[in-house]
Amino acid sequence: MSPVEEAAARPVTETEPLLRVRGLTKHFPVRTGFRGRSLVRAVDGLDFDVRPGETLGLVGESGCGKTTTGRMLVRLLEPTAGTIEFDGRDITHAGRRELRPLRQDLQIIFQDPYASLNPRHTVGRIIAMPLQVNGIEPPGGVKARVQELLEIVGLNPEHYNRYPHEFSGGQRQRIGIARALALRPKLIVADEPVSALDVSIQAQVINLLRELQRDLGLAFVFIAHDLAVVRHFCQRVAVMYLGKIVEIGDRDDIYERPQHPYTRALLSAIPDVTRLGPGGRIRLAGDVPTPLDPPSGCRFRTRCWKAQDICATEEPALVPRAGGGQATACHFPESGPVAAATGAPAVADDAGPVADDGTAGAGAADGGSGTTVEEVSK
Amino acid sequence: MARFLIKRIFSATLTLFAVSVLTFLMFFALPRDPVTGMCPKNCNPERLERVREELGLNDPLVAQYAGYMKGIFTGRDLGSAQGGHCDAPCLGWSYVTNEAVSDTIARVLPVTLSIVIPAAVLWLLLGVGLGMVSALRRGTWLDRLAIGFSLTGASLQLYFVGAVLLLVFVYNLRLLPVPSYTSIFDNPLKWASGLVLAWVALAFLFSAIYARLSRAQMLETLSEDFVRTARAKGLAKPKVYGRHALRAAITPVVTIAGLDVGGALGGTVITETTFGIQGLGRTAVDAVRAGDLPTIMATVLIAAVFVVLANMLVDLLYAAIDPRVRLR
Amino acid sequence: MSLSPVEGVALAEIESGGDAEAPERKGVVGRSPGQLAWARLRRDRTAMVSGGMLVLFMVLALAAPLIQMVYGIGPREQFQHLLDGFGMPLGYAGGVSGDHWFGLEPGLGRDIFIRLIYGLRTSLFIAFAAAVITATIGIVLGTLAGYLGGWLDAVINWITDLTLAMPFLVIALALTPTLVLRFYGEREAVSPAFGVGVLIAVFAIFGWTSTARLVRGQVIALREREFVEAARASGAGLGHMLFRQLLPNIWAPILVSFSLAVPQFITSEAALSFIGVGLSDETPSFGRMIYRSLDYLQTDPAYVFFPGVMIFALVFAFNLFGDALRDALDPKSSR
Repeated sequence: MSPVEEAAARPVTETEPLLRVRGLTKHFPVRTGFRGRSLVRAVDGLDFDVRPGETLGLVGESGCGKTTTGRMLVRLLEPTAGTIEFDGRDITHAGRRELRPLRQDLQIIFQDPYASLNPRHTVGRIIAMPLQVNGIEPPGGVKARVQELLEIVGLNPEHYNRYPHEFSGGQRQRIGIARALALRPKLIVADEPVSALDVSIQAQVINLLRELQRDLGLAFVFIAHDLAVVRHFCQRVAVMYLGKIVEIGDRDDIYERPQHPYTRALLSAIPDVTRLGPGGRIRLAGDVPTPLDPPSGCRFRTRCWKAQDICATEEPALVPRAGGGQATACHFPESGPVAAATGAPAVADDAGPVADDGTAGAGAADGGSGTTVEEVSK
Repeated sequence: MARFLIKRIFSATLTLFAVSVLTFLMFFALPRDPVTGMCPKNCNPERLERVREELGLNDPLVAQYAGYMKGIFTGRDLGSAQGGHCDAPCLGWSYVTNEAVSDTIARVLPVTLSIVIPAAVLWLLLGVGLGMVSALRRGTWLDRLAIGFSLTGASLQLYFVGAVLLLVFVYNLRLLPVPSYTSIFDNPLKWASGLVLAWVALAFLFSAIYARLSRAQMLETLSEDFVRTARAKGLAKPKVYGRHALRAAITPVVTIAGLDVGGALGGTVITETTFGIQGLGRTAVDAVRAGDLPTIMATVLIAAVFVVLANMLVDLLYAAIDPRVRLR
Repeated sequence: MSLSPVEGVALAEIESGGDAEAPERKGVVGRSPGQLAWARLRRDRTAMVSGGMLVLFMVLALAAPLIQMVYGIGPREQFQHLLDGFGMPLGYAGGVSGDHWFGLEPGLGRDIFIRLIYGLRTSLFIAFAAAVITATIGIVLGTLAGYLGGWLDAVINWITDLTLAMPFLVIALALTPTLVLRFYGEREAVSPAFGVGVLIAVFAIFGWTSTARLVRGQVIALREREFVEAARASGAGLGHMLFRQLLPNIWAPILVSFSLAVPQFITSEAALSFIGVGLSDETPSFGRMIYRSLDYLQTDPAYVFFPGVMIFALVFAFNLFGDALRDALDPKSSR
């Protein structure tokens, strides 16, 4: 596959952003030890835009604040600071009634298809719930709309009277998608929508999301820890580390010319079936520092092999480099393709086969943990 | 731990205060005229008025409550008709029994303690033991027997069991004397023989509940990972069950036991009525029948103190065993 | 947006093998969790037997006036001529005969069988009324505390603790006559209905805490579940959240606690009547009968036997059924 083809299909970049996030911050107070309160800086000042019809991938290790960000976007969590503008309106602290009209445009898909459907409701009731709570009577009736939605997500429309426990994980996730679509949203926050599913089912669900995105012109904020899935689905990618975006840019820039050392480390952890063995793997030393007391300056410096004194004193800003839409928060950005840093063949050459043989969603990049035997054997 | 202790004591004090206010209101403010019930026969209006005055019922409620509380902590002077000065834990004067309420309580409290404490030991040993054995021998005839026992026991009424015990052991077989209380310091044998039926009746019903509870807890613990891990590590069965599983399974049982014992100390009303033993509970019943307000108030307060203390003790015990509790 | 051809083919292949995920079943109407539980209950022999007993008891209680007509004796009729000089019933086992199936009360000479039937009626009425009221209070307070949290939760929790710290039996004992005195004078006759009402009120004040605790815990566990968040993300209001999303998921434990609360109230009512504060002597009640029977324990043991066994059977049936219900609603729990 060629990056050029992809670029041509991307929506026009000059349009007004659908979602504009500035300085988004979430601190959770926690009680610690004998008598003290401190803050978990789960999300610490995010800036990003999502244009209509665009898919933005939000990747990072577990605990980096991706999910918190997603929940703030749909206002399940109240932001500590910063603004969220949707469709030109500030919704950062909008109340339930003010949000009502916007709810229709802004929906969420959850990670766990087993927890996200009310076990006591029929599929029909689950999908009709957003219509019901917003008092919307679709033309042709609720039942017709539910059946239409079931059909859209590839389920049998006759199954609207069944209960969630009668469906498999993949089918349940389709039900969750149908529920998110019921109000015809413009933007869907997908919080790790496939990470709880089997690998073979992951691809189906991703394909479904992709079709929907194309057919309905949906924008997505796609939260994932799986770089392969993100590469398959997203046009733009933001890499998060400890509550901050360290690098954001177009997919091909991020995957082929990553500038932040952390992005490089993450990418090098994608399993590559064509090359077994340690290959060009960058192994990060140590653990992720606690968000209770993040490192000064650059948060990645404690694990970065390029760290200098300045990294401890000065926090690097997320600034665009090399023109274009790519921005990196690093004092010493890398340049050139991945191969230069890893001393191995460029990842771009291998990405095709990885996707083609069906392991696109192998999900092995979880926290840069590396390849398991099971995944290699596939 | 110190912080937890202080916090817990503070909240217990607050609860006790609230209970005392509530009971005070319930008995002194709610009735149309609190005196009518407690007046002896052939009352004339003058005497009623005098009693009302002596009890301070004509004062504002807050002053009445303050006086009552002052009596408990420092003692206070009551009218000459009420025995003059009343020492520190002063709970008032009863016109019905014509003695200070604290004297009545001091007399009947040992009776209730003598019923509850041996019974509690008996029911805990029997109940927990039975529950553990039936959990470990799940599905055997022993287990089924224990389940049957606990279901039957949980559905029986104390007074019915008491009546049957009395009928069989006292009236028909004449193995035991008619239940009565003798101080353990005077004659331990007589003390035991006079109360043993009450212990058995209480222990029978409670151990049924405890057998059921500890069986369920033990089964749940046995299916948990750490027990399986301990077994897989090669630890011997008795060691795993004794050291790991038992401890985890017994903690919830301890909580409930603490509350039950605390509640029972506040008066085993039914037991005492059934066997005709004059303890705290029977005293409360008599006081209610006679409309003896100061005694009613005192018995309710003492019962509440036992419940709150037991609650606190259980919490502290928990905090000592499980450090996580302290952080809550 | 175009897919690259190779990728498209690969994914299409996966797609084709896809929808065999769930076994296709005949008929499109699914079976709800409630229906599944009902099916499990139907298969449980203990549940069916104890349930049958309960139905029998309820029918007996409801049909008490009808039974009185057929049996031909009222609950307050006295048969002094069938007692000996000491007030003891003539004949064997407390005067059991073809006319008086369970014999007669010593002293007053009332028929025990018909009094038991009416006692059943009193007992079941009070227990069900108290259980319904306490469940309602418990559900409302428990859901609000659990779902809204914050200071409301703290206040409700504190009230719960306070209520649990009150010695129920002693307070109920003391409160009942106080309430009666509040509304009736010293020597006025208290109507039986008032006594019943006071009992139910006392049970309501003290009985709601366990349901509230249970519901609160369940709601807190559910509150963070994703399907609840999905409703919130769709803009659902408090009413929808509580009644549509949360409550349908906790009715099972509520039902179980209800079914186990009823026998507890039966026991409590009998206990209070036994102590002699619950109901006036006119109202037939198990507890009252057993209390009176203690005086005749040596001379007429049959008198304690019939009410004692009756109340045991009633409570036993309820407990068995409650257990079976729990098993049916939550197959994972091991009892």
